[in-house]
Amino acid sequence: MDLNSLWFILIAVLFVGFFFLEGFDFGVGILLPILGKNDVDRRQIINTIGPHWDGNEVWMITAGGAIFAAFPNWYATLFSGFFLALFLVLVALIIRGVAFEFRSSHSSAGWRTSWDWAIFTGSILSAILWGVAVANLIKGVPIDAKMQYVGTFFDLLSPYTIIGGLTTLFVFVFHGALFLSLKTTGKMAEKAAKTARSVGLLAIVIVLIMAGCTYFQTGLFSSLGAGITLLSSGITLVLANVLLRSQKVKAAFVLNGLTILLFTVAMFWGLFPHVMISSLNPNWSLTIYNASSSPYTLKIMTIVAFTMVPIVLLYQGWTYWVFRKRVTEKDLHY
Amino acid sequence: MTQLIISRLQFAVTTSYHFLFVPLTLGLGVLVALMETWYVRTGNETYKKMTKFWGKLFLINFAMGVVTGLVQEFQFGMNWSEYSRFVGDIFGAPLAVEALLAFFLESTFLGVWVFGWDRLPKKVHLLSIWLVAISSNLSALWILIANSFMQEPVGYALRHGRAEMTSFLALVTNPHVFYQFPHTVLSGFVTAAFFVMGISAYHLIKKNHLDVFRRSFHMAVVFGIISTFGVAGIGHLQGMYLVKVQPMKMAAAEAHWETENPAGLLVFASIDEQGHKNTSQLEIPGMLSFLSYDRFTGEVKGINELQAADVQQYGPGNYIPPVTSLFWSFRIMLAAGMWLVVMSLLGLYFYKSKRLEQKTWFLKLLLFTIPIPYIANTSGWYMAEVGRQPWIVYGLQKVDAAVSTSVPAASMLIALIGFALIYSILAIADVYLLVKFIKQGPEEASPEALNHEMKGASLWT
Repeated sequence: MDLNSLWFILIAVLFVGFFFLEGFDFGVGILLPILGKNDVDRRQIINTIGPHWDGNEVWMITAGGAIFAAFPNWYATLFSGFFLALFLVLVALIIRGVAFEFRSSHSSAGWRTSWDWAIFTGSILSAILWGVAVANLIKGVPIDAKMQYVGTFFDLLSPYTIIGGLTTLFVFVFHGALFLSLKTTGKMAEKAAKTARSVGLLAIVIVLIMAGCTYFQTGLFSSLGAGITLLSSGITLVLANVLLRSQKVKAAFVLNGLTILLFTVAMFWGLFPHVMISSLNPNWSLTIYNASSSPYTLKIMTIVAFTMVPIVLLYQGWTYWVFRKRVTEKDLHY
Repeated sequence: MTQLIISRLQFAVTTSYHFLFVPLTLGLGVLVALMETWYVRTGNETYKKMTKFWGKLFLINFAMGVVTGLVQEFQFGMNWSEYSRFVGDIFGAPLAVEALLAFFLESTFLGVWVFGWDRLPKKVHLLSIWLVAISSNLSALWILIANSFMQEPVGYALRHGRAEMTSFLALVTNPHVFYQFPHTVLSGFVTAAFFVMGISAYHLIKKNHLDVFRRSFHMAVVFGIISTFGVAGIGHLQGMYLVKVQPMKMAAAEAHWETENPAGLLVFASIDEQGHKNTSQLEIPGMLSFLSYDRFTGEVKGINELQAADVQQYGPGNYIPPVTSLFWSFRIMLAAGMWLVVMSLLGLYFYKSKRLEQKTWFLKLLLFTIPIPYIANTSGWYMAEVGRQPWIVYGLQKVDAAVSTSVPAASMLIALIGFALIYSILAIADVYLLVKFIKQGPEEASPEALNHEMKGASLWT
């Protein structure tokens, strides 16, 4: 395997990490006003992701940095092309990020409600927009011979890409509900599990629609492996729902995590060896070759990544172990 | 053309704003880590109170640094896509390393630190704040390695229509880094030192928690004096270095139009940029030669000669950055720096002679000195970045060739206004919270206290 393919896989790995970890963060953020009916509830909800959300978000930043380093043309075309969409994502993440720190710093009800809305809005916008972005990657967007995006913001919104956005939304909310149910006690854990049971079903429906549309609208299924992986993600999602109904929340969370992993892998697999598909002319697509850095840079970055990523995984894993205890009303920091 | 102006404005807004929070993070992280170290070593509860009080302010500031930093990671692609294509092979690497090496470490261990007070052994908890402090400074190192490439490209070759990396080692050992990194990090330390001194002064005037704020002041003044002198010293070396590698930037910052030997330093100048001369000026003879070479003679090239040389090397064009604003931003930085040197010397003197708390005028002055390092930081970066114009990468790519061509100006305008608006709202919230916690003082600011306060509070839906 050449370094270009390796870096494509590494970036897929970063996105898997990002969607898996921020997936439940976004889900928890969206559920905040729905499950948190009073301040203690809400603080309990926020504290489940309190120690982790910032570290989780770095997966996205690193994915951005890795795309820049390994595939500069991809970085340039994607972020200039999806300019306004990315602007919205950044706004969402900005207000959401400060909200975690700011809300607990002042006890007036108006102050807290405002920041709770910031968390909710920031989370739901990010969850949807990342789905829209991924769907656009797999569907293809107008790119000209000079690797320039020639569409508008509204070209990014089509029935298919909106379904993509809804897919990540429901899968992430399901993920968040399961996570909450695992990390809290008593009533909150029950409420979260109940929400997970209904959202889980919606997630199945939307993933099936997404898979169907993907078959008709994109070339993903022309790769048998990608097709099978996408279908497997549907199966693990169904299994997660089944397990949840027999009170096996932890297993359901793992299975839904697997759904996110398989879904992301399927998208990247379907894309390979492209990184952005041109809907105007297949020859104008960006690939892991015409978009990449020089072999030397890829080699250097490979050494860096293979040293650092395992270390990051180790210490981030350690933090989940440190904070493995469920969050009760007694230990609220935020 | 409009795209270029909007993108430059956006970069100026988002980056200057981001760098309001970064310096304090760099320095305050180290100070809080030192405070906790003293707590762990002595078991003295005062140090724990200090750690928590300053730690809370650190967290509020840190959050702003993180979210404004998000934009930094993506806006090169958004607004500067042609730059990204041209230097991505080199510039992307330090950015990715920064994320892998520093961002993960600081964000993960900050979470551990905030939530780990009761769950971790004291020493592990202490280690986590040190990791945060070290990694935020590491992050500064990597982004400055990236910036140094823009100031002084090294370790590259022009191939396939772009700049490609030929030596990672050359990139990370760019001589420019050895001036930029300590100058930047130490000015962050200065910012934090004066932040802590200023707020301590406020409470010393009010006679609140004297034990906490005397000790805080002591730590900060020692930390401050070392770093203020460090910044000044490195700054002088950096100036001499820039005369060699970016002569145009230095000449513009000195409004030094004609080559002279010995060259005089202008304290004041009325600059005629169109006519390439100063209409009036106040000069210290020989001083510019001294600042450039550490001796009172020596030729310092002027803007006009440098412009002619650049035309010869790079073809026709205007290679002169905006002289007036550079001249004044440089002087603002220097004046602010001198003010800080004086204040830290006085602070140490009054503290050591045990007269600090009687000198109310000085304590008040310290409070009003808190913004001065911020002014110095911003004008310093203004000089570094604007002084590089018209280049985005010195000698390799001009700014007008770097901007995204495919993004409509209207979209860029939406983003510029959007960021400016959100940043303004956040600035108000941020200052409001900082002032609130500063006024409350140590006890109320700790997370536990907040919990007690909330437990009794009525619930709301």
